[in-house]
Amino acid sequence: MRPQPVHLHYSTATQSEYGLRFGPADADRIILIVPPLFDEMNRTRRMVAEAMRGLAKRDVASLLPDLPGCNESTAALSSQSIESWRRAVSDVATQLGATHVVSIRGGGLLDDAAGLPMWRLAPVKGASLLKTLLRARIAADKEAGIVTTAEQLIIEGQHDGLDLAGHAIGPAMLMDLEKAHPVASDEITEATLTDVAGTALWLRSEPGESPEMSAALAGYIDRWSASCGR
Amino acid sequence: MSQDIETIIRTLLSDVLGLSSEQVSALHNDSALFGAIPELDSMAVAGLLTELEDRLDITIDDDEVDGELFTTFGSLVGFAETKGAA
Repeated sequence: MRPQPVHLHYSTATQSEYGLRFGPADADRIILIVPPLFDEMNRTRRMVAEAMRGLAKRDVASLLPDLPGCNESTAALSSQSIESWRRAVSDVATQLGATHVVSIRGGGLLDDAAGLPMWRLAPVKGASLLKTLLRARIAADKEAGIVTTAEQLIIEGQHDGLDLAGHAIGPAMLMDLEKAHPVASDEITEATLTDVAGTALWLRSEPGESPEMSAALAGYIDRWSASCGR
Repeated sequence: MSQDIETIIRTLLSDVLGLSSEQVSALHNDSALFGAIPELDSMAVAGLLTELEDRLDITIDDDEVDGELFTTFGSLVGFAETKGAA
């Protein structure tokens, strides 16, 4: 049978956010998945949810939280920052009983906030995510006949925030992204796409899926989480 | 080296635009990109540039990027070869 999710809540800052949970209620292992950020989050959501179903079939539970300002969240994205998202990761891990953390791409900027054993797939620096978002804005401006530069946009954004590829990036998020990088630690296992038979779904201009990658990811996370932590 | 860059760009286009291996291997120097491939929008252009930098270990300034760059497969490969050789 195809595993079905339950919707849970966690609270962070002053609001309540949703989280998706798959797997047995009494599972020994509960994997918190910290997803890629911005566009990459949307492009990989189905692949991640399918990997969570794969874990559920192996009796491993997993959680996929909405970060404040994303998906079903009622909080404004423009008031978020890497700091507020790190608090959310720490809050959801504690409140929903996570035992391990898996992060993908920009999720690697947040994962260590949970203070649990970590597995990272293809981490990326905040500056690199920001650069891509700025480029999308510059390219869209150019099509509209407006000439902008990254430097100009950053200066403007430090006061008023920016709309980058449809994402309302506030001044705090802008400043955090410029300097955020995945924190190095002995508690991290890092994996590349070739380890999980993967394709870079997060790069795709149209969201896609990869059953092979979801299955490989589930297998890899199962073996890794069995070997460490609680 | 030139062959390598061309291969890297074919793989990159496949990764970013979700083109099949048949579509990607059918690309030749005169194949039109921007305007001819619906998936190639401004967000995709941004993703392509950032990945191109990572995969070729180069830096691309925004003022080097103009409409010409993505006109054809050949113009993109030519740009990457010039940057890669620099």
